[in-house]
Amino acid sequence: MPRKMVLNFPPHLIDQPITYRLVKDFGLVVNILRARITPREWGRLVVELSEDGGRWQEAMQFLQEAGVRIEPLAQEVLWHEERCIHCTACVASCPTKALDLADRGTMTVAFDRERCIACEICLKVCPYQAMEIRFD
Amino acid sequence: MSRTIAEINEKIKAGRAVVVTAEEILAVVKEKGLKRAAAEVDVVTTGTFAPMCSSGAYFNLGHTQPRMKIGGGRVTLNNVPAYAGFAAVDIFLGATAIPDDDPRNKIFPGEFPYGGGHVIEDLVAGKDVRLTASAYGTDCYPRRTLDTWIRLADMNETVLFNMRNAYQNYNVAVNLSDRVLYTYMGVLQPRLRNANYCTAGQLSPLLNDPFYRTIGTGTRIFLGGGVGYVVSQGTQHNPGVRRTERGLPRGGAGTLAVTGDLKQMSPRWLRGASFKGYGVTLAVGLGIPIPILDEEMLFYTAVSDADIVAPVVDYSESYPHGKAEILAEVTVAELKTGEISVTGRKVATSGLSSYARAREIAKLLQEWILAGKFLLTEPVAPLPEAESGYTFKPLKERGRAASRKSK
Repeated sequence: MPRKMVLNFPPHLIDQPITYRLVKDFGLVVNILRARITPREWGRLVVELSEDGGRWQEAMQFLQEAGVRIEPLAQEVLWHEERCIHCTACVASCPTKALDLADRGTMTVAFDRERCIACEICLKVCPYQAMEIRFD
Repeated sequence: MSRTIAEINEKIKAGRAVVVTAEEILAVVKEKGLKRAAAEVDVVTTGTFAPMCSSGAYFNLGHTQPRMKIGGGRVTLNNVPAYAGFAAVDIFLGATAIPDDDPRNKIFPGEFPYGGGHVIEDLVAGKDVRLTASAYGTDCYPRRTLDTWIRLADMNETVLFNMRNAYQNYNVAVNLSDRVLYTYMGVLQPRLRNANYCTAGQLSPLLNDPFYRTIGTGTRIFLGGGVGYVVSQGTQHNPGVRRTERGLPRGGAGTLAVTGDLKQMSPRWLRGASFKGYGVTLAVGLGIPIPILDEEMLFYTAVSDADIVAPVVDYSESYPHGKAEILAEVTVAELKTGEISVTGRKVATSGLSSYARAREIAKLLQEWILAGKFLLTEPVAPLPEAESGYTFKPLKERGRAASRKSK
């Protein structure tokens, strides 16, 4: 079962091949959904990780010891339903259909956290600031 | 079969009126046919909730001590400039106004986080808003500066006054170019990757009375959660456009100017909106009851999404340059499936007008009427109709005309 998570890299780890280690040393399947790496700043990698015969526990321990902060993705993305007017402006732009119509009769929008890859496109298209993504 | 508005009002007062929404009427007609439906139904309620930029509000702030003539001076609400070219303490705030120090599109695309639409939302939410003003001072109005907190309840008249709302049908916006476009129709991805539409479709007020038989000056309406009135045709009213066999305009046509007391309204139905790279506006909730005067009116209110066609327009070229080019015509029913076909390509669709909220408005209006709290009105003057020759013309730029000398 692949798990989506956010790996936060302190600035001194930016030039380290962490992802390579996850694949090569621990046998994890790594699917990078989104990455933001800038010199001298905290880096952020949104990944989907699968154990797939690899050594999950050891890999997590390695990340922690290296100073990488691990956060589950679901906590980061917020749909403020009370601010949403269900205009559906977001649905055609959402690449994973995390934001989609729950019902085409009533035309109400629903947000499925599990599908979200934190691409932030919805932040640009929602006129009502109903979407929020919290990153450090 | 025919009935008058006075007769309908008698039934409403007696608690006997049959009121259905513009969505519910479809099932009624399907089950009973036009004739029986027209005989049984008295009122069909409509609704729409969408960004409407030509909205605004005027306020009488009350006089300061000593008195101050803000008229001819400058005034801001939460740092958003309002228009002060009136008497001492009357000001008008437009939905798209933004603070002078907003960076706008200097770093493209601009965020436009706060503006006139948001101030109106905050005021109807009962929030404190910062009022600043400067004036030149006169003998009768000596005060020159003002900086205070104020809320809606503190003011005298607080009136929503929208010069163009409830557009009868609207474009579907697409982007044929190679770059992302940031428009009032939302973010348009390059090379036809999405299509944005803006209509309440079968619930839309003016699509349920396409020839303005019952909606006119003085019509009582649901506005922003309170009771409002139609002032007249809105700006850019353009009733003479091409129509379908049912009489529905094939693009933007009629519009309404409307007004109502902000103190009755709620932030659920007046929402500030920020369109990236474009600006700020106000989403307005508006609903109009359609009296079923006869079978013809029932026929009009039985309009369904499949009957309504909207033009697909390229916002990279045709719209900004004012070219009347249409890439395709699609029905609202197709738009609501989430995908349309444009020049042989499948394009994902998104709305800007909230159908879900439009349904809620039609339902609320239905409840108000059934409870006897809302009576229908006879228009005191009609809107310019389809055959009137009334049109919407572009601006012609020219040099100064020679002044006509009287002989």
